[in-house]
Amino acid sequence: MAFRCARGNAIPVLLKKSGLAFLHRNVSGFLDQIFVLGKQWLLSFLAGAPDWVGQIASSLLNISALLAVFLTLFALMSLFERKILARIQNRYGPNRVGPFGLLQPVADGIKMLIKEDIVPARADKVVHFLAPILIAAAAILALGIIPYGRNMTPFTIDGGILFFFAVGSTNEVGVFMAGWGSNNKFSMLGAMRAIAQMVSYELPLIITVLPVVMVTGSLTPDAIVAAQGGYSLGILPHWFVFTPWGAVAFILFFVSGLVESNRTPFDVPEGESEIVAGHMTEYSGFKYAIFFLAEYFGMFAVSGLAVTLFLGGWHAPFSVLQFVPSYLWFFLKLGVLLFVFIWIRGTLPRIRVDQMMSFAWKFMLPMAFTCVIAAAIWHYQGRRLSGSLWSLGWIVLVYLTLSRVLGVGKKFAPRTYRFAE
Amino acid sequence: MNSAAFFFIAVLTLSAAVAAACLRQLVHAALSFAVALVGVAAFYFLLGAEFVGLVQVFVYVGAVAVLIVFTILLTRHGTDENRGFNWSGVVIALAVLAALLWAIMRTPALYVAAQPGVTVTVRQIGEALMSDYVWPLQCVGLLLTAALIGALVLVLEEKR
Repeated sequence: MAFRCARGNAIPVLLKKSGLAFLHRNVSGFLDQIFVLGKQWLLSFLAGAPDWVGQIASSLLNISALLAVFLTLFALMSLFERKILARIQNRYGPNRVGPFGLLQPVADGIKMLIKEDIVPARADKVVHFLAPILIAAAAILALGIIPYGRNMTPFTIDGGILFFFAVGSTNEVGVFMAGWGSNNKFSMLGAMRAIAQMVSYELPLIITVLPVVMVTGSLTPDAIVAAQGGYSLGILPHWFVFTPWGAVAFILFFVSGLVESNRTPFDVPEGESEIVAGHMTEYSGFKYAIFFLAEYFGMFAVSGLAVTLFLGGWHAPFSVLQFVPSYLWFFLKLGVLLFVFIWIRGTLPRIRVDQMMSFAWKFMLPMAFTCVIAAAIWHYQGRRLSGSLWSLGWIVLVYLTLSRVLGVGKKFAPRTYRFAE
Repeated sequence: MNSAAFFFIAVLTLSAAVAAACLRQLVHAALSFAVALVGVAAFYFLLGAEFVGLVQVFVYVGAVAVLIVFTILLTRHGTDENRGFNWSGVVIALAVLAALLWAIMRTPALYVAAQPGVTVTVRQIGEALMSDYVWPLQCVGLLLTAALIGALVLVLEEKR
């Protein structure tokens, strides 16, 4: 709300009302809103300008804040990922540049910038050039609808969740452009694999969002976060991950998100032992860095949406901890999810393409629909303990039936080949 | 500002559409077609129909454009040969245009003036789809399911 641009005499009054008086009354409330108030203070210099100048300035401020925060997070993440992976593999990791290797991202950035940008002679120059731009733009736009704190949503859109997926689906076109524009068989194969897995896992990703949308009755991320506010018994938060359907939907969403952001164990599109680097094979220098950045931004976006939908957004985990600013909670939860991303990467090997596809269509999709029905059961039982038990029973029933039907038990059968005999 | 945006989007959409019709390389044509679809979505946003705009991007750019591109890749035979001017294409295009014009002229809703200041929320669209238009919705769902099963049957037979 406060991100909307207030103009005219409203700003000094507002500052007096909320900012300075707030500071005396309630320091934690002031810290919570410090960025919002700072933005309003900056916009107050434009008080005399016409409406559209204020609107554009407001959007630009939001975008620059978004980019600054997430580019920093990207640099930190690229370092921490290498550090944590090194820890898992019993190595040191980067420790040469700066204290504890903290300046490694700077060195990497400079290296990427001064590398030669090679475009293959037979590549389609225009498509080859536009592909990384499209992919990065889609990844950055998807970050825009996530509420990062109280009153801190960069773009408030009525169908924000739908916007997220609409923008995410343009990613497929970008990956195709990269693969086809490179005019390379490995690139094309990688793009084909990437699109196949993105299309397959988009279904469970979206259907696991449905129960949340059904229960809150809104597609707006702010409303979904607001619905998860409040505490039972004064302590326990009302996050959706603590309901049976929410827990299952969260796991399914997270796995689908892992696939959508092409991370191990689902990094089949860029499987470096099979097809060099997939659709990124023919990219070098800064264009490759942009692909890298888009992958991380996609990861941030999916984790951010998971936090918003299931982990209570910027709400504190216990009511006594509400004095900590809301954005800190959001980024703490985001950090935990990102750590799980890295942890999974350090632990699991890559899975085969056909296994991945049958997992999507035979297991993920039915389980996602099960969550939708479980959420409906929970809702019509009055959202109480009995509803939770009924929906849990329904989920367990479907899970057991699925495992029986899919024959998970018989693991060691002679291997059959369809194409490679 | 709205008229400037309208002009900008109109130029972008029309030039992308013309490019889609004229470019020699089929994949380029498909990609500029995707740009034209994004332009149409931008028009929906400009008119305040956020939901329709988002679904336009989601379905047409995310699914239909990718489908077209894949169809081109999997069925491409001899891209460089010059087949001359395609008269049957002109006839089909004119027939489609005539059918669309006929449908647009017959639609009474076009003459209803838009009410200013009324924004339709996603909730209202959902309620309308689930109450007044539930039968058309179910019919479309059935049709799409049939198409999906049909496609699977076709693919399975190839493998046997």
